[in-house]
Amino acid sequence: MKKYFSILLTLFLPLSFTNVSKAAGHMEAEVIHWWTSGGEQAAISQFAEAWQEMGNTWIDTAITGGDNARGTTVNRIIGGNPPTAAQFNISKQFVDLVEQGLLQSLEEVASAEGWRDFIYPPELIETCEFEGEFYCVPVNIHSWQWMWINNDVYKQVGLPVPQTFEEFLAGAPKIQEAGIIPLALGGQGWQESGMFDVVASSIMGFPLMRSVYRDKDVDAFRDGRFESVLNTYRELNQFTDEGSPGRLWNDTTAMVIEGKAAMQVMGDWARGEFAVAGMEAMKDYSCVIPGKEKYVALGGDVFVFPKNDDPKVKDTQLAMASMMVNPTVQAKFNNAKGSLPMRLDVDTSAADACMQMGLDLIQNPDAIMRESDDWNTPAFTAAWSDIISEFRNDPNYTVAQAMDDLEGVLTSGL
Amino acid sequence: MPLFRNIASMIALLPMIVISLTVFVGCIIYSFVYSLTNSKLVPVMNYVGFDQYERLFKQRKWDVAVENIFIYGFVFTIGCLVIGFLLAVLIDQKIRGESLFRTIFLYPYAMSFVVTGLVWKWVLNPTFGLENSMHMWGFGWFELDWLVNRDLAIYAVCIAAVWQGAGFVMVLMLAGLRGIDEDIWKSLSIEGVAKWKSYLFVILPMLRPMVVTAIVLIAAGVVKVYDLILALTSGGPGYATTTPAMYVMENFFSRANLGQAFAASIIMFISVVCILAPWAFYEFYLRNKYAAN
Repeated sequence: MKKYFSILLTLFLPLSFTNVSKAAGHMEAEVIHWWTSGGEQAAISQFAEAWQEMGNTWIDTAITGGDNARGTTVNRIIGGNPPTAAQFNISKQFVDLVEQGLLQSLEEVASAEGWRDFIYPPELIETCEFEGEFYCVPVNIHSWQWMWINNDVYKQVGLPVPQTFEEFLAGAPKIQEAGIIPLALGGQGWQESGMFDVVASSIMGFPLMRSVYRDKDVDAFRDGRFESVLNTYRELNQFTDEGSPGRLWNDTTAMVIEGKAAMQVMGDWARGEFAVAGMEAMKDYSCVIPGKEKYVALGGDVFVFPKNDDPKVKDTQLAMASMMVNPTVQAKFNNAKGSLPMRLDVDTSAADACMQMGLDLIQNPDAIMRESDDWNTPAFTAAWSDIISEFRNDPNYTVAQAMDDLEGVLTSGL
Repeated sequence: MPLFRNIASMIALLPMIVISLTVFVGCIIYSFVYSLTNSKLVPVMNYVGFDQYERLFKQRKWDVAVENIFIYGFVFTIGCLVIGFLLAVLIDQKIRGESLFRTIFLYPYAMSFVVTGLVWKWVLNPTFGLENSMHMWGFGWFELDWLVNRDLAIYAVCIAAVWQGAGFVMVLMLAGLRGIDEDIWKSLSIEGVAKWKSYLFVILPMLRPMVVTAIVLIAAGVVKVYDLILALTSGGPGYATTTPAMYVMENFFSRANLGQAFAASIIMFISVVCILAPWAFYEFYLRNKYAAN
């Protein structure tokens, strides 16, 4: 009998120890994120340092790949062992968690600090607010809207740097003759559909895009402009190389940097690659927002704070949320990340020419563009991008067929 | 009372039985129940009937995935058996350095599918792989674009898989060949039967247990293929090389579409049962019956 008792004791002993360690004085926070590349690490460590300066402990759980990181977060929440904070994108990715009551409301600190007054643009508040309460902290803005162009290539063939996709297409054959790949594109689903949305917004403009993506308006979808987007997209894809399938975005950016390719459509995170290669904005390379109407898309990251049985964790979470929106921390973080801050009163004097362009644009509310995943579930955007990707890769997939399939997704209620 | 004959071993097996029942059967039931809901990121009990299955069968991607698993299963099984058997026969010719060749041929099997996938990704990549090298050596006509050609990409996957699996079949077959009685070879040579005929019509039928073992092991590998394709093509170009297992994983994680993932995995489960049931019936029921008679 004594033996069994000692076995029981050893089984339960670890439990009592964990309770003791949780009762310790300072705040301890575990943060799940997917910022693992060099520049990203530098950015997240700005948060970690600020947190540690407050006398707290930062437990860094970096997981490669957004999908994996988000999967881990959800699994741990459902498994009853949630992290203190976890990264998501500015999107509908975490709506289910809010609806199931699994996230901590941040309303206490949000209303005390007046988040609604300083978070800019107001669309970010919309993303985080559910039934009048804050459930996430936006930390930065990343935008997809850019063409990254090697200026030397255009000098070499004697053409001006293109400002629209039409101008690019006009010059592309000449670049090809010079033995240079006109369009560098990594053939992965997210890169293909990301570029598609840039083509779409530059050709049909944001209002029409909104009626398709947000309102699921079939008449707007069928008014002919969407078809011309598909046609332009197909034309552009004639000018990629055969090594494209499966290529990573940064390897693709490297082709533009080395002058093997003329142009890549990619988000503003590509700027970091040019900077690391020692290239100067607007001199060695150009960043162009294609189209007559210039937009800046509102992508980026948020942090959410899963509910925890331990009441002490809530204080930790509110303290961390407040730290993340602090203007000094925001300045340090976004300068390291190369993204735009989520408030206007932040020191951005270190911004280069391309970042300055984004900063100027974002102050004009009409130039702010939302992305499909702001309104749609991951299931919808994935089904949509499957079709875009298939359309790019299968030359027998006609525009008419793609239109029908896309309409199918639009009306599927996903 | 046969049930209580080995009471000690029954007790020893009990934890295993309980675990199998709860983990396997329990999870299958759980998956089925939630495949009837519209769960997205987290499982919620929101009954929608067979909507998820209906949606699944409308997906072009699912059709491609099912087609791919059949192509892969067929080419991989046949490729491994034929090449494995040929290698075993060649090594069986009492050649010099047999153990060296055996090691070389078996070596790929020791690698993980992820490594195999990455190696072949580089070899088959047209811009810096074998095609590029051939061009640099002056063979400008050489073309090897399987990996980026949506119609051929699944066969590129098969090549990598056969490269990895053939050596294992070879070892199995070789063990079988070494078990063949010398007297059979002697009588075959007295009869004057050509060597290839002896192998094909006499020896191969005698290796039946080896062939069956190889097929079962290969088939198990076919159903669960995931890592190789993820490393080699990530399902691309487009989704030309996607498989049912990838479809399920995608919907589970990146697409936050649990209901759809459960529905697809239930369909996968049913098809595996359909293939395995007749075999299991034969193996565990009919054979015992005949043996008893």
